[in-house]
Amino acid sequence: MIINHPILGPRDAAEFVYKGDASLINRPDWQADDAAERFHEYGYLRDNSAGLHRELWFHEQGDRSWLVVTRDTTTHEITKVELARDVARAEGRSR
Amino acid sequence: MTGKNRLNGGMIDRSTSFGFTFDGVSYRGCAGDTLASALLANGVRLMGRSFKYHRPRGPMTAGSEEPNAIVELRSGARKEPNTRATTAELFDGLVANSQNRWPSLKWDAMAINDLFSPFLTAGFYYKTFMWPKAFWEKLYEPMIRRAAGLGTLSHDPDPDNYDKGYLHCDLLIIGAGPAGLAAALTAGEAGARVILADEDFVLGGRLIADTGTLADEDGATWAGKTVARLQAMPNVRVLSRSTVIGAFDHGIYGMVERVSDHLLEPAPGKPRQILWRVYSKRAILAAGATERPIVFENNDRPGIMLASAMRAYANRWAVSTGSAIAVFTNNDDGHRTAADLVSKGVKTTVIDTRPDAPETTDYETLSGATVTNTQGRLGLAAIEVTLSSGTTRSLTVDGLGVSGGWNPNVHLTCHQRGRPQWDENLAAFVPGGTLPSGLSVAGAASGAFSTHRALQTGQAAAVEALGDLGLKASNPDLPKAEDAPIRVTPFWHVTGAKRAWVDQQNDVTAKDIKLAHQENFRSVEHLKRYTTLGMATDQGKTSNIAGLAIMADVAGKQIPEVGTTIFRPPYTPVAMGVLAGRSRDKTFRPVRKTPSHYWAEEQGAVFVEVGMWMRAQWFPQPGETHWRQSVDREVLQTRKSVGVCDCTTLGKIDVQGTDAAEFLNKVYANGFAKLPVGKTRYGLMLREDGIVMDDGTAARLAEDHFVVTTTTANAVPVYRHMEFVRQCLFPDLDVQLISTTEAWAQYAVAGPNSRKLLQKIVDPEFDISNEGFPFMACGEITVCGGLRARLFRISFSGELAFEIAVPTRYGDALMRRLMEEGKEFDVVPYGLEALGVMRIEKGHAAGNELNGTTTANNLGMGRMVSKAKDSIGSKLSERPGLNEADALKLVGLKPVNPDDKVVAGAHLMTKGTPVDAAHDQGYITSACFSPNLGFHIGLGYLKSGDTRIGEIIRLVSPLTGVDHEVEVVSAHFVDPEGERLRA
Amino acid sequence: MHDLSPLTPLGNAEPSIESIGEVTLEEVTDVALASVAARLGREDDTRLALATLIEVDAPAPSRHAGSTIRAFWTGPDQWMVEAPLETHEDLAKMLSNEIGSAASITEQTDAWCRFDLVGNDLFRALELLCPADTADWSGGEVQRCSIEHLGCFVLCRDPSTVSILGPRSAAGSLHHALVTACHAAF
Repeated sequence: MIINHPILGPRDAAEFVYKGDASLINRPDWQADDAAERFHEYGYLRDNSAGLHRELWFHEQGDRSWLVVTRDTTTHEITKVELARDVARAEGRSR
Repeated sequence: MTGKNRLNGGMIDRSTSFGFTFDGVSYRGCAGDTLASALLANGVRLMGRSFKYHRPRGPMTAGSEEPNAIVELRSGARKEPNTRATTAELFDGLVANSQNRWPSLKWDAMAINDLFSPFLTAGFYYKTFMWPKAFWEKLYEPMIRRAAGLGTLSHDPDPDNYDKGYLHCDLLIIGAGPAGLAAALTAGEAGARVILADEDFVLGGRLIADTGTLADEDGATWAGKTVARLQAMPNVRVLSRSTVIGAFDHGIYGMVERVSDHLLEPAPGKPRQILWRVYSKRAILAAGATERPIVFENNDRPGIMLASAMRAYANRWAVSTGSAIAVFTNNDDGHRTAADLVSKGVKTTVIDTRPDAPETTDYETLSGATVTNTQGRLGLAAIEVTLSSGTTRSLTVDGLGVSGGWNPNVHLTCHQRGRPQWDENLAAFVPGGTLPSGLSVAGAASGAFSTHRALQTGQAAAVEALGDLGLKASNPDLPKAEDAPIRVTPFWHVTGAKRAWVDQQNDVTAKDIKLAHQENFRSVEHLKRYTTLGMATDQGKTSNIAGLAIMADVAGKQIPEVGTTIFRPPYTPVAMGVLAGRSRDKTFRPVRKTPSHYWAEEQGAVFVEVGMWMRAQWFPQPGETHWRQSVDREVLQTRKSVGVCDCTTLGKIDVQGTDAAEFLNKVYANGFAKLPVGKTRYGLMLREDGIVMDDGTAARLAEDHFVVTTTTANAVPVYRHMEFVRQCLFPDLDVQLISTTEAWAQYAVAGPNSRKLLQKIVDPEFDISNEGFPFMACGEITVCGGLRARLFRISFSGELAFEIAVPTRYGDALMRRLMEEGKEFDVVPYGLEALGVMRIEKGHAAGNELNGTTTANNLGMGRMVSKAKDSIGSKLSERPGLNEADALKLVGLKPVNPDDKVVAGAHLMTKGTPVDAAHDQGYITSACFSPNLGFHIGLGYLKSGDTRIGEIIRLVSPLTGVDHEVEVVSAHFVDPEGERLRA
Repeated sequence: MHDLSPLTPLGNAEPSIESIGEVTLEEVTDVALASVAARLGREDDTRLALATLIEVDAPAPSRHAGSTIRAFWTGPDQWMVEAPLETHEDLAKMLSNEIGSAASITEQTDAWCRFDLVGNDLFRALELLCPADTADWSGGEVQRCSIEHLGCFVLCRDPSTVSILGPRSAAGSLHHALVTACHAAF
């Protein structure tokens, strides 16, 4: 596969390490009342979609950016690639 | 003269004569020959024995689709079995042998299988060798493999190099026949970066195998000139002997270039083959088409081949495939073969299944006739023709060309699960379904069979691709070429034929397919697996469609209703060597050497590979005959005086930034915010699920600067994890990370005299006394008169110990200096084994304990997981299941009988309980002989272990027959109070 | 001055140099390295400081620039600085003084081994080593990529000079890969 890196352009997927569902960005608040339950969901429950899937890839043999890649699991077509850091900030993560 | 069957003309170089042998007999051929063409020129047409029935076989084709002429090439370590004689390029000194015969090709004892053929039908193995079950592996399978075999391996290491490489292009064109050449010309002139690849060693496809003109020159001449034009373009790369074997995601193609297969030996330093990974923006498949046979009785004798192959042998290789030839056809293309043969002076008769076959005065045509049987023991001698009138006629011929129409080479269009579609007009499957992204198809591969249409569709595909690439096409003028209409009347098999071969490579007959249907293996996928139709090295290139047609016939269906199997990579067989590339033997993967590696080699160290690192395992001294002697000595001497160990392999990560401490608070379960500058702290890193990921230390060199260590094995995953935490979870923390593992040579200096030794090399302005540099201190110092160094007072061995780091290039010199300066203390270097013994004696957890199931609670470190802050894994580590009252706890174990061993992996059982999983109490993770205690010791996890100190339990390993009593003790066998490391 | 003698990444006292066909393969040991990663919110300050240091703009992604002191891009807001070892042995400290608190500086001199390929048609060897698309390379490009499982930086100094930086501990393996590729290509 080719991942079109937002900074570096098209790169072979072999340069990347796959992590999984991009929902891993949305780590729950550890002080929430239902933190235990939410962390369980965060850790173990994933959608298994046949179709578009947002997922995390690490450019280990490149610039060490984590990317959020939107890929169709049925065709491998990649429709969007973003820097995970930008996504994380846009989704409200900070420090 | 290079053979009695040589004709005039052709594309062989008669001035370059090559000597070669086949089954020990010497022959001569020409440059430009294949092994098959040279043998045929010499009158040799028996080239192999069939897979199951050991029937005599000769070449059926003139290309990579060959099912029959499968031979062993070369000898000794370079021997290569199962190679197609039809593609093997002849060279001087080639040694070739037939295979799957004994004692000889002409008299093969296993040919008796042919007589037993009624019993050897499809599913024979499944039905016959089912019982007794135990016989399968030991008796039946080896026996069958010997009888029904392909070639044999040399069992010697391949002496040649194989390479891998990467190519980039705008447009990859697969196949250099008329369509591919037209496409390449169009794209090349438009300035696109083009790669034109063809599996053959001469480019041109059918242009070099057929007669016919392009404009006013013959096809081969036009092809040669066009290739030369393309080669002169800097933006076009023309690759012959290069097979595109697979179409992968997003325009990536696999391609094998046979760099040196046509040479006796590769030139020095040159690879035999290269596996290219081709990155293309667009691709055009112009792989041509393959002629298909008709199935009739005894259609497999040497001398019977595809009509187009006969034409290729005559035109390209100037080889006559018989003195009197018949062509059996259902379409006009068969007549083309006849015309070419007649023009070469070969007596030819055409048997056309169509009642309205075209008539000519050049040769006799039998319309509406079929071939119903053949004769000839080791090669064709005569055929039986059933005329339209129903009467039979015998023809004495030694060559029979068969033409059942053409199949587009759709293979690569299937590699992303595209499913070919049936084209009624062509009576063939054409590319269909979803093609690999960016791939279009041109020429005969798309069903455009005439040369004119091939040129046109090739150019059109290139123009379309150029449009996608944003390039303007110049549309070079294409020559005028033949544009014969396709006239084919489907005719797959002669009714009533029994011993009629559908798949010649796997010996699948028409009868087998009928049997499969009868036994309800009716889906194409079942048919394939039950009969083995279309398997093996040719992957059914000549047999699949006939098989489908017969299945459709017996099932009373149409071919499209039966469906078709799709093709997977590789297009043609690939040698394992080229898949491995350079990754073999000692270069299988990179070797990482520690800074003291060369010094350790000089000491005669025994090395062990840890990850990719070569680490000294122990340093044998003269007189030591057993590794334990070396290890015990290293341990005792370190604990008595001082030892030095290279610990560079531990991962080191530089963590900087105003939020560095806050960041470490997130990634470690324990707290780092309050760690003072100049101090080091043990850190326990959890996965988000609460399981221990790694442990190490973090040394605070400045308010905003830490150096973190990881275990050797986890250096890469921990760095990756930390970047995930930094970029994805806490993107607004000001923290920067970089690995410094390689930058520093780091040595552990351990033992009561370690400080004294270091004081000899640390520059005097730095106070490393216990007061000036206490336990867990760290700092930047200089050594040996001004070399920058880092010093950490940390201990894995449990002794007074330091770790000292200098820039890696000085690591070798520092080790030598430590050994020199340490002589007065009888310093020893110690290796990985001694390190392991000492950490077990001290009760320090390592990889064996951090095994992916371990929690902080298991390690007795539950209280380290801070509840006052958010850290990765802290929440899920609180789950009740991980905190049961009887959770496993790390303990020490020592044998009740001091002579007994403690065995890693053995299980722990309460005395008096049955030895079964239900009563399992835990297991040993690490064990060793403790030279300090004089008996074996172990670390292990035991249910409620922390409350069972002093209990005598059973150590059991049913696998190794171990069963004895051990006492539960503290994991800290040595210096439990930690007085030594604070000394 | 200390009295310890350095070893080259290949384990010798002097850097190795060899000719393969028309191409020279040279072990380079006289360059100091330090990484510069901008602190959060200090990206422009870092870029400016870097520009002052290398006397041209801080290199854009996949580029390198400078003269005596050079920098190449390694990641978002991160660079590696190269300087002559003889005059900049303690490059990291020097950079810390120059750039101050705007960036995190880490010594990298001995983290890497470096081999320079000098000669014509170098890309013919590179295509056997890494997936970098070198067609448009004319000098000034850098790409981090994997060579025989090793994470490396490939820098095109000019079309006839390519530097390959790889992990120092695996210098022998990287060198073997380069030699093999050069023999295959030239």
